[in-house]
Amino acid sequence: MRIAITGLGATTPVGGDVASSWAALLEGRSGIRTITEEWAADLPVRFAGTLAEEPPLDRVEARRLDRSQQSVLVASREAWADAGSPEVDPLRMGTVIGTGIGGVITLLDAYDVLKERGPSRISPHTVPMLMPNGPAAVVGLAHHAAAGVHAPVSACASGAEAMAVAARMITDGRADVVISGGTEAPIHPLTIAGFAAMRALSTRNDDPSAASRPYDLARDGFVMGEGAGVLVLESEEHAKARGARIYAYLAGAGLTADAHHIAQPDPEGRGAARAIRAALEQAEASAADVVHVNAHATSTPQGDIAEAVAIRGALGDTAAIVTGTKSMTGHMLGAAGAVESVFTVLALRDRRVPPTANLVDQDPEVQLNVARDTPSELPAGEIVALNNSFGFGGHDVALAFRSAE
Amino acid sequence: MSQEILDGLAVIVNEVAGVPVEDVQPDKAFIDDLDIDSLSMVEVVMAAEDKWGVKIPDSEVKNLRTVGDAVAYIQTATA
Repeated sequence: MRIAITGLGATTPVGGDVASSWAALLEGRSGIRTITEEWAADLPVRFAGTLAEEPPLDRVEARRLDRSQQSVLVASREAWADAGSPEVDPLRMGTVIGTGIGGVITLLDAYDVLKERGPSRISPHTVPMLMPNGPAAVVGLAHHAAAGVHAPVSACASGAEAMAVAARMITDGRADVVISGGTEAPIHPLTIAGFAAMRALSTRNDDPSAASRPYDLARDGFVMGEGAGVLVLESEEHAKARGARIYAYLAGAGLTADAHHIAQPDPEGRGAARAIRAALEQAEASAADVVHVNAHATSTPQGDIAEAVAIRGALGDTAAIVTGTKSMTGHMLGAAGAVESVFTVLALRDRRVPPTANLVDQDPEVQLNVARDTPSELPAGEIVALNNSFGFGGHDVALAFRSAE
Repeated sequence: MSQEILDGLAVIVNEVAGVPVEDVQPDKAFIDDLDIDSLSMVEVVMAAEDKWGVKIPDSEVKNLRTVGDAVAYIQTATA
């Protein structure tokens, strides 16, 4: 059974929807900005990829939702409209939305209220807003999904894991249509301080838009971002029966674990390579079929090399065009795998790969054909692209997409 | 019936649940007429406690079926 992708939605640091985000990437435009709020003044890192547009929700709707829920609700509405807003039996409709942290801003703000004003002043919406399955539940409620609502949590692989779980809902016969995605709204002094304490973040405070530079020799860590991405997955049979436009197919998903370290990648990239091989096997594709990789490429000194080793381990001496779109969006953590799935699908549709911004001196240890400066062209015909996502904890997820033609 | 308390409560209900201010009338039931769910009702109570400096115990909240019930309770509590 083939899994068709029939709708796309996103809100990111480079655009408030799919079209504006994609246009920004093709132009190489960064969404990384200085945080000017007072709370950032004492932080070692004072910049991030903040949403290009505030989520367009009415006041009452917004006040009951954590920011991570607001973003993904907006993206899900865009994706659903893009899919043609089909009439689907709720019992045949599912939702899978991953997040790395859940409603962390809600949690921390509520703790401030608890300390300053006492327990009687805690909002009754606090728990639904902070629970990590909250975004999945909010989207499921909005779209009347009764076949099942799931919320994979695997740090920065969560959004990609959501795609794999969603595809399984369809191949297992539980649903015909699944709204799947990832979301994150992590920008808060505590999370920035925490990631900075791990020495995981770039500290290029004097030049934020140049801070996220995957594969470049001068990279010094990732840049935190916020956003959400949503894809409507649908059985090919269901999509064709209703005459839906099919962007591409989610042909395979590989999920493995490093079993190496809580935060460090396996330097030999073995778990990641196994994930890529598993995705290709499920897709019934060979390494030579892969023409494009939207890499995890967070711009950390070790992670980028480990992934490059993994890609070569799985694909061999590949000419596939690799890009790191986090160079422009920053790292949206649990949203990354979903947003980058949207970008991978668009690359297959348009046959164009966005450049990796800020790539000036490619690290010689990264022996890959990395897109830079201007968009790269992909060949005509049926082609395969990969999207990699890895998370703290050693989670490895590779997704294989096949073009519609 | 205190018009001032009714007006103040209408602003709170609008803020919490988006119900138009003019719809918040004494004969309207919070749950059945104004579609206020149990979580939003807690918010209304918290906001009313803050605004008028009163304490509305949970045991009383279930008796506040209509907007008029709430206005009367607040009026008595602040008298």
